[in-house]
Amino acid sequence: MVKVATTFGRSGTTDYVLLRASAIILALYAIFMVSFLVSAETVNYAVWTNLFAGLGMKIFTMLALTSVLIHGWIGIWQVLTDYIKRSGLRAFIQFVVCVMLIVCWFAGLLVVWPVEGV
Amino acid sequence: MKKLVISVYRYNPDVDNAPYMKDYALEVEDGQDMMVLDLLLKLKEQDPTLAFRRSCREGVCGSDGLNMNGKNGLACITPMSALKGNKIVIRPLPGLPVIRDLIVDMTQFYQQYEKIKPYLINDDKTPPARERLQSPEERAKLDGLYECILCACCSTSCPSFWWNPEKFIGPAGLLQAYRFLIDSRDTATEERLGDLDDAFSVFRCHGIMNCVSVCPKGLNPTKAIGHIKSMLLSRAI
Ligand code: SF4
Ligand code: SF4
Ligand code: FES
Repeated sequence: MVKVATTFGRSGTTDYVLLRASAIILALYAIFMVSFLVSAETVNYAVWTNLFAGLGMKIFTMLALTSVLIHGWIGIWQVLTDYIKRSGLRAFIQFVVCVMLIVCWFAGLLVVWPVEGV
Repeated sequence: MKKLVISVYRYNPDVDNAPYMKDYALEVEDGQDMMVLDLLLKLKEQDPTLAFRRSCREGVCGSDGLNMNGKNGLACITPMSALKGNKIVIRPLPGLPVIRDLIVDMTQFYQQYEKIKPYLINDDKTPPARERLQSPEERAKLDGLYECILCACCSTSCPSFWWNPEKFIGPAGLLQAYRFLIDSRDTATEERLGDLDDAFSVFRCHGIMNCVSVCPKGLNPTKAIGHIKSMLLSRAI
C-alpha cells in the first residue's frame, strides 16, 4: 500500500528481520567484548593485537560492523521519517548518516583485516 | 455543594484566530458522580456555542471519543470520579485536524480503515445455497476483534499514527485487518498480507501499547498486530 524506495530491505518484513538479526549480532558482539575484557588478566597491546589476529575474530568484527551499518541505516530512516517532515532535509540527513556508516565499515575493514599477532 | 472547574478546548475557525482553553464553573452535589458526557451537556446549557459529538450515550456508537485529563476515552462511559486531579481538562482526540471545539475530522482515520478492505472477500465460484458456515472454534477467533466501534481512541493515542497518519494504518485499522485475515470464510489472505508488507502499514507499530491502555471496549490491538507480523514473517520464509 505504501511504496517507498529509501528503506534498506525490499519490504517491511525484510527490514523488520534485518533490524532484529543485526541487533542479535550486535548484542552477541557486545557480550563477547565485555566478557573478554572482564576475564582477561591484563589487556595490553599484545593481548589486544592477538585477539584480532585470528580469522574468526576478524570475521566476527566485520559481521558486527555490517550489523551497525544495516541497523543504523534502517533505524535512522525510521526515526527520520517519523520526525523530519521536510523531504529535502530528511534526504540530506539520511545521506550524511549513510555515508558515515559506510565510511565506518571501510575504516573498520582497513584497520582490522591487516592485524597480525605479536 | 461542590464547585468544579472544567477546562475545555475551544476553537471556532470562523471566529477565533487560535484555539484556547476556556474554564467553566459548575456546582455539583457533594458525593455526586456523573459521566463526563453529562457534564458536557450541562456546560452546553450554560454555553450553547460549545460543540461536541455524541449519540448513543452508552458506549456503543463511538461518537464521543475525547481526551479527558490526558487520556483518550468515551465521555459517555467515563465517570467524573475516574479522572485524576482536581481540575477536569477536556480536549479533542489528539493528532487529527479540529473542525470545531471537540469535533475532529476523522477522514484520515477512515481512509486507513478503508485501505484494509473491511469486508469479506470470497472467490468461491460455487457459493453454498444458504450461508457460509463456521465451526464454533473458527467463530471464536473473531472474539476480541469484531467488537471494535471505530471510536478512534486508540489510533489517536498512538505516536506512530500521529507522525504518519497517511501511511501507518493505526491500531484500529490493523485490528480489523486481522479480523478479516483470520476469518475462515475469507479467501483473500494472501492479497491482504501482500498489501500490508511495506515499511509503514504494519511495521510502524513499535509496541508502545497506548492503544491497549485506552480502548474503551477493552480490546487489544497490539496483540492483533503481533499476529499480523507473525503471518507476514511466516509468509516471507
Ligand atoms: S502498540 Fe502499536 S499501534 Fe498500539 S499505540 Fe503502540 S505503536 Fe501504536
Ligand atoms: S480498538 Fe478500541 S479504541 Fe480502537 S477504535 Fe476500536 S473500540 Fe475504539
Ligand atoms: S455517545 Fe455513543 S459511544 Fe459515547
